[in-house]
Amino acid sequence: MGIANLAEKIDAKRLESSDDLVQLRREIQMRQDPNQVQIVVCHGTGCLVSGSPAVTRAFKKVLGETDIEAKVMPGVKTTGCQGFCSRGPLVTIMPQGIFYERVSPKDVEDIVEQTVKNGKPVERLLYKDVNTGEPLQTMDEIPFYNLQTRNVLKNIGTIDPTDIYDYIAVGGYQALAKALTTMTPEQVLEEVEKSGIRGRGGAGFPAGRKWRGAVQAKERKNQPLYVVVNGDEGDPGAFMDGSVMEGDPHAVLEGLILGAYAMGSEKGYMYVRAEYPLAIQHLEMAMAAARELGLLGDNILNTGFCFDAQINRGAGAFVCGESTALFTSIEGKAGEPRPKYVRSVEEGLWGCPTVLNNVETWANIPKIIDKGAEWYASIGSPNNTGTKVFSLVGKVNNVGLVEVPLGTSLSTIIEDIGGGIPGGGEFKAVQTGGPSGGCIPYKHKDAPVDYDSLTKLGSMMGSGGMIVMDKRDCVVDVARYFLKFLEEESCGKCNPCRLGLTRMREILDDFSKGCGSEQDIEDLMSLATSIQDGALCALGTSAPNPVLTTLHFFKDEYLAHIKDQKCPAGVCKDLITYSIDPDACTGCGACAKQCPNNAITGEKKEPHTIDTDACIRCGICEETCKFNAVLVS
Amino acid sequence: MLKFRINDIDVEAEPGWTVLETAREYGIEIPTLCFHEAVQASGACRLCMVELREGDWTKLVASCVYPAKDGLNVYTESERITNVRRWIFEMLLSECPASQEIRDMAAKYGVTSTRFAIKDPEQDCIMCGLCTRVCAEVVGVHAIATQSRGVYKRIGSPFMKPNEACVACGSCVSVCPTGAMARRIDLVRGKMEENQTNAA
Repeated sequence: MGIANLAEKIDAKRLESSDDLVQLRREIQMRQDPNQVQIVVCHGTGCLVSGSPAVTRAFKKVLGETDIEAKVMPGVKTTGCQGFCSRGPLVTIMPQGIFYERVSPKDVEDIVEQTVKNGKPVERLLYKDVNTGEPLQTMDEIPFYNLQTRNVLKNIGTIDPTDIYDYIAVGGYQALAKALTTMTPEQVLEEVEKSGIRGRGGAGFPAGRKWRGAVQAKERKNQPLYVVVNGDEGDPGAFMDGSVMEGDPHAVLEGLILGAYAMGSEKGYMYVRAEYPLAIQHLEMAMAAARELGLLGDNILNTGFCFDAQINRGAGAFVCGESTALFTSIEGKAGEPRPKYVRSVEEGLWGCPTVLNNVETWANIPKIIDKGAEWYASIGSPNNTGTKVFSLVGKVNNVGLVEVPLGTSLSTIIEDIGGGIPGGGEFKAVQTGGPSGGCIPYKHKDAPVDYDSLTKLGSMMGSGGMIVMDKRDCVVDVARYFLKFLEEESCGKCNPCRLGLTRMREILDDFSKGCGSEQDIEDLMSLATSIQDGALCALGTSAPNPVLTTLHFFKDEYLAHIKDQKCPAGVCKDLITYSIDPDACTGCGACAKQCPNNAITGEKKEPHTIDTDACIRCGICEETCKFNAVLVS
Repeated sequence: MLKFRINDIDVEAEPGWTVLETAREYGIEIPTLCFHEAVQASGACRLCMVELREGDWTKLVASCVYPAKDGLNVYTESERITNVRRWIFEMLLSECPASQEIRDMAAKYGVTSTRFAIKDPEQDCIMCGLCTRVCAEVVGVHAIATQSRGVYKRIGSPFMKPNEACVACGSCVSVCPTGAMARRIDLVRGKMEENQTNAA
């Protein structure tokens, strides 16, 4: 339901003061009956692909056919990502907050019959505790949720992101009204400085200091100042910013307007990758709705403050997430980084002072202004204040979006919230910070996750990707994967990155085939260091991190490849053989049927065998076998 | 005047100068491939890396774009710098083995062989982009540009076809540090005999 729809219910007119906003919120809240039954269906990316639109349609159909009284007739609301992506499609029944996982259209009738009409949970759809198997009814009871501190994610999954009234009802634009009517720009800036918030995009530069620098440059150079949202999230396995833009676009916009007010900017840009069409659509709707209400554009809330923003779509280049490449791209040129010995707060977009912050940073600003810097600084640890959203993926039970205070340990995130790795046991390592980050082994599981600690371990916070690996992940293969990714994404401007990443990957290719010497490891490290020292932008200088951290923490595994021609994790195809354990094999023949090269033979109900010469080591037999009879060595 | 030190020598620079310009003013040698006075420095070849030191803190920067500042302490040779240059030369030797200029320059910095496989023995272009910059910034015609990205990056005219934007001024040929553009100019302006036939 969009603004056009709501405009019929509420007289949407331009807000002329903060009192108008308060009045509007009251009006919306009055129309919302807290006891009204509401069916909330997650339409985040994960749930969309696992079939939530069909669930939504089923609800609308079933409700249309039932004889529910008009006054308990539930509304069906679709929201952004609720975070627990591995359990989708997710459905929550309000006001009780009964939480259902893996809902399919055929469950809908039961939910309407039992929960909507009679208020009773449908037990088979409830989340079951991993340890006790006990069904848990609400989000608050589920460890995945109750161990989190959801601040940026608070509204996502509860509000309809396409409806500005839903955002206003939960206190949206309150911070903007407060700032515009009771605070000077300087006070807003001071508040952000005091909060201690550091940029959520990777390097962790204090946002307040960046803003201050830009304001000083603007005054000194007497030039316009631009505020820019970096929504070019491209790390493999990361989807935090996409979810925020899709699920709570107004928070990003409100943060940007607040920043513009604090720094005296009249023009903002949102650079969003083209691969996020839903985020672009929701941001566009958000801007249109905000303009209509006088919260964006000329004379915002009749205070005389003018600011407008526009969306620039990326064209699929990972490097455009780098600040200078992003500016070059907005300027209409090929997205290549430029040397930034003069900081972008001085010379950014069009050579003017520019403040570029990540989506999550901007989304935090309204909370800081609304609740105060002290509240924000009380979360997390000193110098690492606030919460951070992580996308927890890989070999972990509870895949999804997780928001925790900075300083939370890796084990809390992976083992408690993430529910550990499938099959139990210790995780092998976790890659933080995307392809530019590093691989942190299990022995550092108690390390606090904050900017400084991760950097000390040779990794980095990055924008918050967290890829968990278990003993079946080969570090050489992981390092190769990330290098290959960056090799494809290198812009090719500077020599170390353009030539060096390919050459590093070639050395790793050799390792994965069992070729190479200790001298090659030395050369690899030396070449990696030269790229760290020599590359032009952060893509290049951080590209060797996965190789260097895995070499640091897992050198034995590298040596096993080149000295013993063995891949201990059983991944590198040239170094492994598949065989069948005759004691475990039941002779069901399932593997033989799936084998693409007919390498498996055997009589029915007799142990089968794999012809090693014909085997192409695709691993399909291992995945197919229900009796764990396929062995890798 | 800005005052700082290069290799422990006191130097002075005009505001707006880079470290490289200052060093050259004092006859201090720093190797470059993608730098030319006629166009804006792009900081692409990374051979001109120098080390800034302040106490225990050190950092490598590209001298062709790093602005001269009061109090800098610059070194043009160090272990870290050598490591960067050595690998760039080793990679260039395998990437554009046909260039005598690269072989000579690499040898000067002690690199005479490469551990990497040669892909194209005929290649002599180092992708520094000087030709495209001079065409855009000085001639102002954009007859050539870099195409594709990363390892696939190439220099050429749009769609790799001769085009009329090229005024056959030869600026690209004259700035090319390896002479690679001399072999390619016909791809941009078209062959002279064909042009004449077309005109006729």
